Amino acid sequence: MGTEIETKTKIRRINAKKITRAVKKLFIEANTVLGEDVFEAFHLASSREESATGKEVLKKIIENVDIARRKKMPICQDTGLAVVFVEMGQDVHITGGELHEAIEEGVRQAYADGYLRKSVCDPFTRANTTNNLPAIIHMDVVSGNQVKIIAMPKGGGSENCSAAKMLTPAAGIEGVKKFVLETVENAGANPCPPIIVGVGIGGSLEQACVMAKKALLRPVGEANRVDERAEQIEKELLASINNLGIGPAGLGGRVTALAVNIEMMPCHIASLPVAVNIQCHVARHKETTL
Amino acid sequence: METRKIKTPLTEEIIRSLHAGDMVLLSGEIYTARDVAHRRLYESLLKGEKLPIDLTQAVIFYAAPTPRPPKKVIGSIGPTTSYRMDSFTPKLIEAGLRAMIGKGNRSPEVVEAIKTNNAVYFGAIGGIAALMSQCVKKVEMVAYEDLGPEAIRKLTVKDFPLLVVNDFQGNDLYLSTQNNWRI
Repeated sequence: MGTEIETKTKIRRINAKKITRAVKKLFIEANTVLGEDVFEAFHLASSREESATGKEVLKKIIENVDIARRKKMPICQDTGLAVVFVEMGQDVHITGGELHEAIEEGVRQAYADGYLRKSVCDPFTRANTTNNLPAIIHMDVVSGNQVKIIAMPKGGGSENCSAAKMLTPAAGIEGVKKFVLETVENAGANPCPPIIVGVGIGGSLEQACVMAKKALLRPVGEANRVDERAEQIEKELLASINNLGIGPAGLGGRVTALAVNIEMMPCHIASLPVAVNIQCHVARHKETTL
Repeated sequence: METRKIKTPLTEEIIRSLHAGDMVLLSGEIYTARDVAHRRLYESLLKGEKLPIDLTQAVIFYAAPTPRPPKKVIGSIGPTTSYRMDSFTPKLIEAGLRAMIGKGNRSPEVVEAIKTNNAVYFGAIGGIAALMSQCVKKVEMVAYEDLGPEAIRKLTVKDFPLLVVNDFQGNDLYLSTQNNWRI
């Protein structure tokens, strides 16, 4: 039997301060500069929208993104819970500090120095933590010697409209579609439409929720390329959601959602978990690889 | 679409001339207050305490801005979702509140209080906070400073773009327009 200790692997060292600087930059940028894919989707939506009010709302949404970028101001006053996805290469060694603390320090600096709103509080006393911490950190260990960091400031209004349900296996695809549609209909004007709908199907309760959130990171307009069934449900749901008539800002119109993004995985023989994570039109996320 | 300019204080005459669907540009003084500030105002009213703001003919904007950067009047500001204030609102309307600015539907109890007391609920577009902040000309800290972003501030606004959602006659803009576009 050979030794189980591999000596030839090249470990790459990354200083914790570098992580902090990257996280800070990502959150300030995400809050002030909207992604090109979302911006283009607004223009497309505007050309498709038939309601005069809906068109006017989209015009203001586009104008707002321009002002925010030009004046380096937050696009929305709700600069969100700081959600962070980390893909940590297993051949990386963080030096000079602890990874979790380095990420949170980046969030703290971004929200202080970037003039972003601190929107985190105790669940019962409602006392503000004053630094937008804790961050919500999802960590995956992957192969390689790089670290990918995705910063996603997530607004509370659209998060409040999100839901998860453990369906019976008998409910099937139709049951999933019904639950997603009901969730969007109940949300109405509240989550600041046009929205993006992230859906997680399968896994466990919490995995379905994480998939639903990760689905929101996919560029707008890109379909699920892994599973043809998911791609089909995305198309059907987008059409039925837009038929609800909720429209931009909930003032009636053709465009209620810009995209439906589904992530799927196998689940327990007893279950059919489904989670719906709703994203407002200020769909913010920025990423970097160190 | 025709847009009408109105100014605070919102008198009964002005409020009774507003109809669901009207686009207005509001100028004058409005207060920001959201979740915790509402709970505090409500509890003070129950205890019969003096409120830190005069609710007579007042306008409340459900909002909490981002911090003010140097050399600016205010950070970004826009409406939060209104239903969370619903359980406190009828009591505030009884105490003199006449207009609310937010986004999303109100409860039947709030719609009823709006009708009974000649009040109005305006909808603002959510998520256009950099644009809306350009209408804010002055900001004054008024109460509950410990709440940070959620503190009550008095804003002086010019041509704040709003839509009448619920009017004194009980009409509801969201309900009527969404049904028009439903397939």
